Amino acid sequence: MNIIVCIKQVPDTTEVRINPETNTLIRDGVASIINPFDTYAIEEGLRLKERFGGKVTVITMGPPQAETALREAVSLGVDEAVLLSDRAFAGSDTLATSYALAMGIKKLGEVDVILCGKQAIDGDTAQVGPGIAIWLDMPQATYVKKIEDCKEESGKKVFRVHRMVEEGHEVLDVPLPCMLTVVKEINEPRMPSLKGMMRSKKAEIIKWSAADIQAEEENIGLDGSPTQVMRIFSPEQRKGGEMLHGEVHEIADRLQDVLKELI
Amino acid sequence: MAIEVIQQKCVGCALCLKSCPFAAIEMVNKVAVIKDNCVACGACIESCKFDAIILRKHDEGVLPEEEYADVWVFGEQKKSVIQSVVYELLGEGKKLAQKRGQKLAVVLLGDKGIEKQAQKLIQRGADKVYVVESPELKNYQDETYTCVLTKLIKDYKPEIVLTGATSIGRSLIPRVAVNLKTGLTADCTGLDIDEEKGLLLQTRPAFGGNIMATIICPHRRPQMATVRHKVMKEAQIDLKYKGEIIKIDAKDFCLSACAKLIDIIEAIEETINLTEADIIVSGGRGIGNPENFKLIEEFAKTIGAAVGASRATVDAGWIPYSHQVGQTGKTVCPKIYFACGISGQIQHLVGMQSADIIIAINKDPDAPIFKIATYGIVGDIFEVLPALIKKFKK
Repeated sequence: MNIIVCIKQVPDTTEVRINPETNTLIRDGVASIINPFDTYAIEEGLRLKERFGGKVTVITMGPPQAETALREAVSLGVDEAVLLSDRAFAGSDTLATSYALAMGIKKLGEVDVILCGKQAIDGDTAQVGPGIAIWLDMPQATYVKKIEDCKEESGKKVFRVHRMVEEGHEVLDVPLPCMLTVVKEINEPRMPSLKGMMRSKKAEIIKWSAADIQAEEENIGLDGSPTQVMRIFSPEQRKGGEMLHGEVHEIADRLQDVLKELI
Repeated sequence: MAIEVIQQKCVGCALCLKSCPFAAIEMVNKVAVIKDNCVACGACIESCKFDAIILRKHDEGVLPEEEYADVWVFGEQKKSVIQSVVYELLGEGKKLAQKRGQKLAVVLLGDKGIEKQAQKLIQRGADKVYVVESPELKNYQDETYTCVLTKLIKDYKPEIVLTGATSIGRSLIPRVAVNLKTGLTADCTGLDIDEEKGLLLQTRPAFGGNIMATIICPHRRPQMATVRHKVMKEAQIDLKYKGEIIKIDAKDFCLSACAKLIDIIEAIEETINLTEADIIVSGGRGIGNPENFKLIEEFAKTIGAAVGASRATVDAGWIPYSHQVGQTGKTVCPKIYFACGISGQIQHLVGMQSADIIIAINKDPDAPIFKIATYGIVGDIFEVLPALIKKFKK
């Protein structure tokens, strides 16, 4: 089974702040991490390999320093890592990003399943996974919390998956090749092994440019990105309100009073 | 489009470095150099006192603006029931349509008989309802819905397409947007029209809610956005409102799909769906042990609330993941949010801080949750909650 995992290197967003004087992001000392949801995708890729055999490849698009994220994935046990990096990719929105990743995946050859985290914590868009599925004309399942099994149906391999929806979950049969985005509930990611950490130091990272993946210029970077950031600003900070003091029955009275219209 | 530095004019003052929200400028040999992560927001252009930074526009294509008109709303339905987020989109969509002098329309896909729901949409201000009925469209499925919506948009050319940022909306719309090669903005909390250019201004939180960004899609159509549930007000009911129902034959579409929906299993323990709930009572590690979620549940039941949880309690296995509120769980926007024994880590706050009223109960007076709570109670939840249950039971 050829398993591809798409990952993104993101700033640890819990630490990102806006400087109130200059109204810009303070990034000094903000660590870069693998998007937390992608760690579940990597883990699920490794588990699929353990169940069905095959090979796990991680792929990312980003600046040269995104190599760190790929090496971290290697330390967890993935077989191969690909970095799509090129100035021509700069400024890509989700349309251009999903195109570049799809072209990179095409170059990798035969694919059985593409795994993505449900969304990235910096942009929270959840758009790149489904976008890749369309560029590659594959069926998809989003918010997958369990890959139950893989069976043969009239010569085709089919995954039975459970996907989370608001009121519970759906059971779907998705033929391979397919694109799945996964949620946290699907597994518990492993820690890197000592052997893996040694390997990750020496592992060769495949680096491809826009030309290497035969990406058309009009589909990548700013030209391939229909959306533009017009303005960024600090959200209105929520202020603390009133502290309620006194005996519990007094507090209960007060709360009932302020909430009586709503409950 | 790209930001460029005119090297002869750059004096190396580094003012632009400070202005760049994306840290995408560095100084090399005392000249500003734009890095790969530049998104061409233009903040540096304004900051430069020497006019050394310019926005170079490439061929942007001609926008056939007159061809595209109307504001569309995707009419999400489950079991043939229109979802409340659709009414919110109609309320907001109406304002946009009026500002653009255009019509408001809904696309309603479903099983045979779904047309009966169309009148409800008209009563909420829809001027047109496009209806496609087929047993294949009974339940949402990625492939069939993508095919139908893509073709409808290509045929009728709306200027704006809005969808709820629900699990359906967020699975469907990115597929349609890629098919149409147009722009899509996820999870908007504010929409408006730029009066000068007529563009849709799409405002959304990014970086876990730490910053807000306004996004535009100037050169391609339609402009598409998913909108966060429970942020916009529902459209008022007007029984006399007149609209048109446009029925389109399902035979016009390719309704075959590779992936098959086998079953929909509704969770029993979640009597109220968290993202729909008007009131949520959440428990954190401060409740002590998994047994004490019973007290949280009892209080929730008393006031008709859904039960939420912090990441710590979910990771500890006290309660299923579907209850988790916060960055790696659900983003909720209820009228009232009770945080019981939740300290208020930023990862939790980003998932619930848009609630109208936040009531925090915690033993620790220094817990960060009190900084954002509308009402804070320093106390033991095992005293406070029973008192509240007693009170509200009356």
